[in-house]
Amino acid sequence: MERLRRTMMFVPGNNPAMIKDAGIYGADSIMFDLEDSVSLAEKDAARMLVFEALKNVDYGNSELVVRINGLDTDMGKADIYAMVKAGVEVIRLPKTETPDDVVETEKIIAEAEKFFGIENGRTHMMAAIESAEGVLNAPAIAKASDRLIGIALGAEDYVTNMKTHRYPDGAELSFARNMILHGARAAGIAAFDTVYSDVDNTEGFNHEVEIIHELGFDGKSVINPRQIPLVNAIYAPSEKEIRNAKAVLNAIEEAHKKGSGVISLHGKMVDKPVVARAERTMALAKASHLVDKEGNIYVE
Amino acid sequence: MLNKVNREIPDEILKDKNYKPFETTEIGDPETTYVAHKVKVSQGNDKLVDSIPDVIAKVGLKDGMTISFHHHFREGDFVFNMVMQEIIDEGFKDLTLAPSSLTNVMNDMVIKAIKAGTVTHITSSGMRGSLGDFISHGGLKDPVVLRSHGNRARSIENGDIKIDVAFLGVPNSDAVGNANAIKGDAVFGSMGYSLMDAKYADKVVLLTDTIMPYPNTPASVKQTQVDYVVKVSKVGDPEKIGSGATRFTKDPKELKIAKTVNQVITHSPYFKNGFSFQTGSGGAALAVSRYLRESMIDKNIKASFALGGITKPTVDLLEEGLVNKILDVQDFDKGAAASMANNENQQEIDSSWYADPYNKGAAVNQLGVCILSALEIDTKFNVNVMTGSDGVLRGAIGGHQDAANAKLTIISAPLVRGRIATVVPDVTTVVTPGDSIDVLVTEVGIAINPRRKDLIEALKDVPGVPVYTIEELQKRAEAIVGKPEKLEFTDRPVALIEYRDGSLIDTVYQVKD
Repeated sequence: MERLRRTMMFVPGNNPAMIKDAGIYGADSIMFDLEDSVSLAEKDAARMLVFEALKNVDYGNSELVVRINGLDTDMGKADIYAMVKAGVEVIRLPKTETPDDVVETEKIIAEAEKFFGIENGRTHMMAAIESAEGVLNAPAIAKASDRLIGIALGAEDYVTNMKTHRYPDGAELSFARNMILHGARAAGIAAFDTVYSDVDNTEGFNHEVEIIHELGFDGKSVINPRQIPLVNAIYAPSEKEIRNAKAVLNAIEEAHKKGSGVISLHGKMVDKPVVARAERTMALAKASHLVDKEGNIYVE
Repeated sequence: MLNKVNREIPDEILKDKNYKPFETTEIGDPETTYVAHKVKVSQGNDKLVDSIPDVIAKVGLKDGMTISFHHHFREGDFVFNMVMQEIIDEGFKDLTLAPSSLTNVMNDMVIKAIKAGTVTHITSSGMRGSLGDFISHGGLKDPVVLRSHGNRARSIENGDIKIDVAFLGVPNSDAVGNANAIKGDAVFGSMGYSLMDAKYADKVVLLTDTIMPYPNTPASVKQTQVDYVVKVSKVGDPEKIGSGATRFTKDPKELKIAKTVNQVITHSPYFKNGFSFQTGSGGAALAVSRYLRESMIDKNIKASFALGGITKPTVDLLEEGLVNKILDVQDFDKGAAASMANNENQQEIDSSWYADPYNKGAAVNQLGVCILSALEIDTKFNVNVMTGSDGVLRGAIGGHQDAANAKLTIISAPLVRGRIATVVPDVTTVVTPGDSIDVLVTEVGIAINPRRKDLIEALKDVPGVPVYTIEELQKRAEAIVGKPEKLEFTDRPVALIEYRDGSLIDTVYQVKD
């Protein structure tokens, strides 16, 4: 079963207090940033800080991601070597424009894995798409490496590139979101939406999360822990959805017991996508604490 | 000898100061005798005095006496410094200073009084800043005695603290001594702690900037208790008496802790109609009030009373009908202080009623749920709210030991602060014994006192609230900040920490430079 990635929390790589506490808010993924949030003078210190945190701090079940500096900078390669050595789960490429960017980075990751005697392929990747060219190449980028677990939209640079800015209705991102989502789904990997920087505007944030939830994004990038429960609430299944999902999974189990190949529920055939959806619903219900470990709905 | 919380208590202190070592949190039902105070009979016609020097002469202040003040004006207090300066100037020596507590605005004056030989003994709820530093570096020969608010009430009743003259600042009074703290520029709401001084001191002096027509009611301090009323220019700075509008914290970690505290409360057996609570002040405490409010509305549960130091969010619950009564010993902000004038369900209580272990039943004995803070908590659940990680005095017992008497006592504290662990193998100073602590709530999860098997059962499956042993939490803290070097102290005691029954629970030593 694919892991949930409703929230990816950005944590500046030069902020020890935030790095230390990043694990307590229940983010599905935590992204330590060595790139834009760290000034040039602090690049080395941030790399060391994140390296030590990855090795020493308990982040529970959160998926750990590090956004490295681009390979066109002096820092990119050093970032990759340090993070591979620290055993990070995912390396995130900034400003990905072409499939070649992914291939280039993968090469360095493979080198680093070999250098440190780490199993080839253990370090995963994700690519942030932040330009018109990147968006147009999204389907190819998403298929550029088996290491990719997902692609993400970075809207700030993208809207600048498109000679516009962010609007409440999100029309300016509509094409990019759909390209990235289709690229990701065609490649069978995750799609992440961009950040929402006005942290005190709960209404605006919720509106945006509703849009991307409807479209089918796996989740949203968040810049403040307070945004996490908001995303989770919108991604939480309804009680009716949970009951349906349970019925589907029960029907499967029954059918397996009877050795029956064709499964039906309320006169309708239960096929693979229905099962996949039911499994995802139950995973979301568990993550949202709507059901207990056995899948029973909590009665308050 | 080692006391019951494993603290070495010097035998000479036990002997010289006639102390018992701390034994138990169970007070039982001993018999005790209260002391009475002297009364200089007055017909009430010549109580109004023009100046502080005049009143010092009239009360007959002498070397070696005990004088008291309250700390209700907090950082906006003008009275303490005015009176102490005069006492120093007049050359008095060897006084015992016995205020309800000492705030930072008093620090310089206390240090001056010690250096002049005017003050040679101190008992207080706590001390911070430059005074804490001065005392911890051996500035006073005789160790300071630190007592909880309930213990101070007990000590005054039993004569352990015998107040010769109480100097009490009030926002208003009439010419014969009827006073309250709900009218005037410098309102602070409940006069809670100072009511003990008014009741038990031999001489009671009120200092005020506002003389009201007789009879000034409602009267918290009454004309039957007061010897003199002094008119001064200004008793306090209203801006610094309490925090202004209470701003709700946006700190995600404080919010997470507050939310978890609320989950612990609502999943405990005590969260039902008629429950009661004390939240205290500070960002996380205010946030708890908000989450608790939502849960009470959600579950249609109302509280019978809220206790202790009161804040505006608690008063809001009263006005909303979610809390029936407030028992109010002090008010932390203007909103809470102002409300006392208008809401008859906000009852002013003195510190004996609040928390005294040696009376006929205090409010803390009726308390259901209590949320307290900690500078440190150790694997025995012992709590330190007095000394910092450098061993220096920088806190106050306040009502900590007293309110920990609640049926469910929750400590809310971050696992680490900056580079300092909050959850430690052994606290620097034991203030509140682990026996009275039930649950520790941190940002990573909770730990339940193994004594409370019922709570371990009740809280084992709360969604999103992982339960750890306190040893596990301590190890987690250590993994983040490492092991600190051991603090170094000299063998000279600078402060004695009493438990609420007057037994000795710990000793604070002079720090090594």
